[in-house]
Amino acid sequence: MANLRELSKGPEIFTPGHRLCAGCGAGPVVRQVLHALEGAPVVIGNATGCLEVASTIYPFTSWDASWIHNAFENAAATLSGVEAAYQSLKRQGKINDEIKFVAFGGDGGTYDIGLQSLSGAMERGHDLLYVCYDNGAYMNTGIQRSSATPFAADTTTSPVGQAIPGKTQGRKDLTAIIADHRIAYVAQASPAYWNDLVTKAKKAFAAKGSAFMNTIAPCPRGWRSDPALTVELSKLAVETCFWPLYEVENGKWRLTFKPREKKPITEWLKPQGRFKHLFRAENKGLLEQFQADVDQRWEDLLVRCGEK
Amino acid sequence: MNKSVALTGNEAVATAMKQIEPDVVAAYPITPQTDIVQYFSTFVADGQVKTEFVTVESEHSAMSATIGASAAGARAMTATSSQGLALMWEVVYIASSFRLPIVMPVVNRALSGPINIHCDHSDSMGARDSGWIQLYSEDAQEAYDNVIQAIRIAEHPDVLLPVMVMQDGFVISHAMQNLEILDDESVKKFVGTYKPDHHLLDVKHPMTVGSLFLPNFYFEAKKQEAEALERAKKVIQEVAKEYAAISGRQYGFFETYRLEDAEVAVIALNSTAGTVRGLVDEYRAKGLRVGALKPRVFRPLPHEELVVALQHLKAIAVMDRAESFSTHGGPLFNDLRSVLYESKERPVVTNYIYGLGGRDLTLDELRRVFDETLEAARAGYYRNRVTHLGVRE
Ligand SMILES: Cc1ncc(C[n+]2csc(CCOP(=O)(O)OP(=O)(O)O)c2C)c(N)n1
Repeated sequence: MANLRELSKGPEIFTPGHRLCAGCGAGPVVRQVLHALEGAPVVIGNATGCLEVASTIYPFTSWDASWIHNAFENAAATLSGVEAAYQSLKRQGKINDEIKFVAFGGDGGTYDIGLQSLSGAMERGHDLLYVCYDNGAYMNTGIQRSSATPFAADTTTSPVGQAIPGKTQGRKDLTAIIADHRIAYVAQASPAYWNDLVTKAKKAFAAKGSAFMNTIAPCPRGWRSDPALTVELSKLAVETCFWPLYEVENGKWRLTFKPREKKPITEWLKPQGRFKHLFRAENKGLLEQFQADVDQRWEDLLVRCGEK
Repeated sequence: MNKSVALTGNEAVATAMKQIEPDVVAAYPITPQTDIVQYFSTFVADGQVKTEFVTVESEHSAMSATIGASAAGARAMTATSSQGLALMWEVVYIASSFRLPIVMPVVNRALSGPINIHCDHSDSMGARDSGWIQLYSEDAQEAYDNVIQAIRIAEHPDVLLPVMVMQDGFVISHAMQNLEILDDESVKKFVGTYKPDHHLLDVKHPMTVGSLFLPNFYFEAKKQEAEALERAKKVIQEVAKEYAAISGRQYGFFETYRLEDAEVAVIALNSTAGTVRGLVDEYRAKGLRVGALKPRVFRPLPHEELVVALQHLKAIAVMDRAESFSTHGGPLFNDLRSVLYESKERPVVTNYIYGLGGRDLTLDELRRVFDETLEAARAGYYRNRVTHLGVRE
């Protein structure tokens, strides 16, 4: 069990002075994951995206640990090379430190353009953790839709127009795809449930082999939400069962949090400007479709987790 | 003890890699490079090397993982051809901008499309402006020697740049040739151990690699890269000298053949250079003053030395095994012609584009090149600036 006070005393690897927007969900995700290291040495990989550009504007860096950014789609491949170097040098007795490896990528860099590189690294079983901060669009380039963007969301490449009411497709279930790689550890987490997230990150770092965590990370710019609501929206995503918290350990699926009552999806959608059009009378059907999809995915997950 | 062996070009390169024994190799198969990956896998499987071999899922990841490994302080290598190099494109530039001493054998193959698996130089020529050092090799011997020297060039503190070592697909990569290899001990001693000043795994001295360079810094970074390529010229020569001492084989920026008193020269890269030399002898026997030059180092371009070597000529034919689609000749031609702008008496320089997609270059076609260039020397001008040789009209 993590303890907030204890955690906050640990070393802060992602240091203040970065240029993430107010209310950006990526920051808390990164800090919580890195707190799980409890001071263990780490090398960090980062895909191109908001987190990368906001944290390493030369000659400054927000990272008080070794960090590498190579390109957009290859954070997993790059870190797998770093890890391979570690295995080789360690075997040769040239390195003695016990080092952990973690990569961070946005949903664009993970679900879409970086999926192949991620799948390759996971399949090869490199001893590293990949963390996706899923803010539901390509935010760095100005809020374009990704395969993680929720159904009906208004983005700059799935705009709400006269003929088409936002994104027409649902979300790719990346967590399940990676779980089906049968790697050491897979989890879905939310920074609002810091205890759950840190516990999962600890397990992920302790696991021998590849680990993957998918985390929700609200983006006030892209979601058109109040920056003050970031934690609240991270929480509502879980309580509405849009973003269930679970883990897959050695092939075994387990819910780590079950809301006492499933809140209607509208509670999560309402504070977000990107879903504003759904609350117009003519889009009632879309709203129902959204809810039905959340329900279906939740039911499927309950079965997978042996809850049903 | 050096020993004579019969190996294909690919075997020769794989042997060099085994003797170098890099810490990490990340590679993906593609014809005609595939043998290199397969031979190396066998060395790993048999425990003959300490290398961590990363069986990546693409060449993009091959280069990405090699970059990661190199930034982590490992001596890291990969190898590729054609589409593989094309797929790596984005990260090829990042490797050089990170100043990582990666060595990559490239087995030259035509780029798609149309798809073709045979030799031309469109793949590596396309990467000529990526900030990598490029060494071209005529045969298995040179490919072997170049790979070993490349490690020392790349890792030299005045350089710290990646190096590509080319050889012709199939013609060299799959042809058995006699060559001399060094013993493992001598190679190990020659390449030494790689000890970078900074690397990611030095966790007590954390470093940030790959940060965002805005207009206030990017230009300086690129200028420094260019300066490192300039400095590489001296290092390439020093390394060649040291290598000659252990191998008995001399390497320079380029190799000349009966050039000193020649009036006409034919310039070609890689395996074609051997055919050219054969014809030089044939024409010399007829009393004609012809010679040849074979570039070894194409990046950096040894422009000063090239001017000195070529300015006395009356006419020069540059053979390009790649189109540039500029409509003004191939990449080697354009570089050499530009270099010769510095000479007092400018030779007539013409271009022959040949052998695309593995098209054979016949001796008669090459005789045409010699004849036309001799004619241009006599006339003082050329008939065609660019000729596509051996192609159906
Ligand atoms: C190969 C390539 N294509 C496109 C881009 C442009 N690009 C940079 S960041 C980005 C979006 C990143 O989105 P995501 O991964 O979701 O991270 P976020 O910006 O939301 O943090 C894009 C499209 C790029 N850098 N490289």
